[in-house]
Amino acid sequence: MTKANGYLVEVRNLAISYRTATGAVEAIKGVDFAISPGETVAIVGESGSGKSTVASAIVGLLADNARVTHGEIFVNGEAVAHAPDSRRRELRGNVIGLVPQDPMVGLNPTMRNGVQIGEALIKVKGRRYPGLDADVLELLEQVGIDNPVLRARQYPHELSGGMRQRILIAIALAGDPDLLIADEPTSALDVTVQKRVLDHLERLVRERGISLLIITHDLGVAADRADRFLVMEDGRIVEQGEPHRLLSSPAHRMTRRLIAAAPALSAGGDFAVTHRQAPDAPEILAFHGVSKHFDLPAGSGAPTFAALDTVSFSVRKGQTLAIVGESGSGKTTSLRIALGLERPSAGHVTFEGQEISHLNWKAFRPLRRRIQLVQQNPFASLDPRFTIFESVVEPLVSFGLAKGPELERAARHLLGLVHLPVAHLDRLPRELSGGQRQRVAIARALALQPDLLFLDEPVSALDVSVSAQILALLKELQDELGVSYVLVSHDLSVVASVAHHVVVLRRGQVVEQGPAGQIFRSPQDDYTRILLDAVPGRRRALEAAV
Amino acid sequence: MTILAPISTGSADRQALFLGSAALDLTAIAGAGRPSSGWTLAGRVRDALNPLLRRPGFAIALSFLLLVLVAALAPGLLTGVAPYATSPADKLLSPSAAHWFGTDELGRDLYSRMVHGSALSVKAALLAVGIALVSGLSLGVLSGFIGGRVDAVVMRFVDVLLALPGLLLALAIVTAIGFGTIPVAIAVGIGIVPGFARTTRAEVLRVKTLPYVEAARLGGASWTRTLLRHVLPNSWGPVAVLATLDIGAAIIATAGLSFLGFGAAPPAAEWGTLISNGRNFLMTAPWLSLVPGLFVMLVVFSLNHVARTLDEGR
Amino acid sequence: MKQYLLSRIGQALLVLWGAYTITYFILYLLPGDPLTIMLTASGVEVDSLSPAQLAQARAAYGLDKGVLEQYFSLLANFLHGDFGQSLVRGEAVSTLIAARLPSTLSLAGLAVLLSVVIGVGFAYVASLVRWRPLRTVLNRLPSLGFSVPGFWIGLLFIQLFAFTLGWLPSTGDEGFESLILPAVTLAIPSSAVYAQILIRSFGDVWKEPYMVTALAKGLTRGQAQARHGFRNAALPVLTLVGLQVGNTVSGAVLVETVFSRTGIGQLAQESVLRQDIPVVLAIVALSAAAFVVVNLIVDLLYPALDPRITHRPKVT
Repeated sequence: MTKANGYLVEVRNLAISYRTATGAVEAIKGVDFAISPGETVAIVGESGSGKSTVASAIVGLLADNARVTHGEIFVNGEAVAHAPDSRRRELRGNVIGLVPQDPMVGLNPTMRNGVQIGEALIKVKGRRYPGLDADVLELLEQVGIDNPVLRARQYPHELSGGMRQRILIAIALAGDPDLLIADEPTSALDVTVQKRVLDHLERLVRERGISLLIITHDLGVAADRADRFLVMEDGRIVEQGEPHRLLSSPAHRMTRRLIAAAPALSAGGDFAVTHRQAPDAPEILAFHGVSKHFDLPAGSGAPTFAALDTVSFSVRKGQTLAIVGESGSGKTTSLRIALGLERPSAGHVTFEGQEISHLNWKAFRPLRRRIQLVQQNPFASLDPRFTIFESVVEPLVSFGLAKGPELERAARHLLGLVHLPVAHLDRLPRELSGGQRQRVAIARALALQPDLLFLDEPVSALDVSVSAQILALLKELQDELGVSYVLVSHDLSVVASVAHHVVVLRRGQVVEQGPAGQIFRSPQDDYTRILLDAVPGRRRALEAAV
Repeated sequence: MTILAPISTGSADRQALFLGSAALDLTAIAGAGRPSSGWTLAGRVRDALNPLLRRPGFAIALSFLLLVLVAALAPGLLTGVAPYATSPADKLLSPSAAHWFGTDELGRDLYSRMVHGSALSVKAALLAVGIALVSGLSLGVLSGFIGGRVDAVVMRFVDVLLALPGLLLALAIVTAIGFGTIPVAIAVGIGIVPGFARTTRAEVLRVKTLPYVEAARLGGASWTRTLLRHVLPNSWGPVAVLATLDIGAAIIATAGLSFLGFGAAPPAAEWGTLISNGRNFLMTAPWLSLVPGLFVMLVVFSLNHVARTLDEGR
Repeated sequence: MKQYLLSRIGQALLVLWGAYTITYFILYLLPGDPLTIMLTASGVEVDSLSPAQLAQARAAYGLDKGVLEQYFSLLANFLHGDFGQSLVRGEAVSTLIAARLPSTLSLAGLAVLLSVVIGVGFAYVASLVRWRPLRTVLNRLPSLGFSVPGFWIGLLFIQLFAFTLGWLPSTGDEGFESLILPAVTLAIPSSAVYAQILIRSFGDVWKEPYMVTALAKGLTRGQAQARHGFRNAALPVLTLVGLQVGNTVSGAVLVETVFSRTGIGQLAQESVLRQDIPVVLAIVALSAAAFVVVNLIVDLLYPALDPRITHRPKVT
């Protein structure tokens, strides 16, 4: 099967550039690496590092405006970088299978799942054949889908994200490839779902003895699953090696940054919990048995759906409460209720003892000066036509608190708080990076000098190293201003460094709550333990600790 | 990212150039607030327009449209020949250096008639789009921003207007209020209201749910402020593109109505009337119809090209 | 499903009623004096009539009743298929329309067919081309198609194919040959719209991750576009085909005039010219009905083509 040097894929001094309106941009600047048969390799890097471009080049699906300017890619000893598309096509599916990034959009919405898998099989066999249906069902079973007959007949939108991911794996495996490329397999789904799918994928790969190339931004994923990993930065491989060596003695600055950004790795299997104890402090916000029901259409089984079910917790002055849960846990609903955007079906919310959950918009308005929100996606939370100045001072203008030079002073002060240069005031959001925009959003939320700040997944849209900086900034601001936070996140590892108190939500119910030290060190509930175990990097870190 | 923020800043400013004062007013509201800002309106327009002007197609189309605008406002600058001056000796001459577009059955210079006809045709098109823009925009904003029952009623009304084929609705209106350039323009304008209303509504609905609008609301901004400063400026892009496209559509529709004989009374002539007149000489003097038609096509194509470039630039 | 069908039909009837009502009010209430228009249309010198004669005429046209009464009696007649009398021709409007309907239906039918075939075919091919210069040209071509006044294309065709080349008849409505030029003329603007939207739709679909999945299976671009691209790209265009009915009807008025075909469009043109109000009202209402019916069909077709759409009540 493999030729000469025994590598399945070998990339030699590869350079790729993109043609853009402003000229050619070099995305890959001389990359060398190889994958042996049966080996699992991971490429780790932040957005813009070029990791996905490398993967596309290996599959032969580079964008129309990308060109291999230098170097060569060998597949089974055959030079393919400049091979005609017909040859590349023969390799796709047969030799190299691809599991694309986002399972929610990776399947054709208007074609039955079974047909989409069958199509990959027909491509390999060259024609439709009698045992096709049986093979489709067998593949579905192999990737761990229950009731394969039904699933094959359904359309993608009728399946959950995890199941769609499995269908995509089945499609990639249909051609019995020697190499599977998994592009960012952990970015689109809940951690626990992802962990199960990846565990399954890993087992299939081992059983079949095929190679796996994982493209990821998360060093934890690479450390957990790969035999070897490469760290990429700015189109170059800056470091590569086996996980235990790279983790114990990282040589490059980028590797160290990525390790620091994976909390499960940095503290030897334990999370770096900052606030082991939550000191006593007066209560600022409290949920008292809050429930929220949504009406369901007639005929769907239940009349209502409980997004929140008698949830109680409290936030203390100057401290951080983290609400952690996967999608559908009710964390967003609780945040919307606290902000007065939604009304509870039962129970109530108090702010400094005053009931606020039944106030109308007008009555709530004065409270907006004391309760503010930082939204999830900094790319969408700033008006694209507002300068940074206009965005930051808008709450002050809305409440008529300042005018003219006073606004200018306030803006300078706010930008200073979030460590942005004053020169940014005249810029537009599109001229700023994601991390800078999130700093602007934080500055805007602080403009009214609130006592309580809601942080809705504040770092989920950011690169890992940037998110570490934002979390550090949030901690600093809390120490400086004494503001309380309610931090909503799907990722336990994010909250470890900032939370005093953690609430774990599942399907609208609180499964566990307590001081951060207790939740991370001695979780009482099984679900909390599953969540902790699913944090990428945890497995490797625990092994290393033993 | 692309889904959430498809409109880059400045697009409306670019489009403002083509849509006159209404657009400029909106942008002025959006840009107000900080006198010391380096981002003046003129600066923004210049920044947005510069890369576009480097594209030859866009530059040519824009220059041609400006020329047509000059023809409409000051026809005397482009031709010294009187449009109604008959000259029986020179009738039905084919295009030449003396008569660029040839002459008609009464010996009138066709080029001069086209240039002078621009005034009527361009004004009719702008009037039509103006009517559609004002009423479509109000209906769309009302519907999208208030929502609920208002939305339901307005959208049903728009559905009804949409079910009436544009030209036939125009014909009905012309039947009722009479022939001539202004009635035709009004009729055409009403015909394109539903398109504007629907586009505006869709945009307002989209922008209304964006995180930065929620952020503004949570920051204490009133509905009026949210509408004027966030929703309207950011909904404006696709509407402006549609307006540019619809100026072209209105030119074709008014030309069609004058071709049918409902336009300006002779000897005044719009582009459509000229095409229609030439029809009787198709066998002997085909340029009488074909040249004005080609000219209309170039105008509309330029408008479409400009609209499309703006749309792609967003 | 049944419930959806009923509510959708109800909605269509409501729109139809609205369309009729708006047209009625435009034609009967907007003019200062419909009686004068009607009498002029009938060829009567209004000034020569005595007040008594005027009153008599007013009663004859049903204009002596209250606005609402007039409106409802006319609506009732309409629902019974009685569209009134033409003022100019003195015939029943329904007879006039019935005589001209086959000509217009065959013209519109052929034009719709041609426009879909040309538009979809063009976009399909244009989306497969990867060579940039050709691709740019193909992408821009449709916008030329709807920049041209339809009636002018007709004149060009007559000059070229009838006068210069002598291949096809320039006017008339005898036989299939006379149908070709008008149908192509009528099809061009619509096909350009379809092509333009479908090219864009294909462009969007090609950016979808599921197309990468398809290519990663080893399918060719052609196979991927045919099996995974086409259906997803064509769905948004289906709505457009429904909406284009209005443009086809509008275009028919012009095209029939250009090619001197005795169809509904030409009847509309003449009736407006002579302000024959009952005929105009009937034609506008009929076109709205055609629009509503076609769009109803398109709506009902959707769930068959897009599995994501079901007609269960919406989740709130």
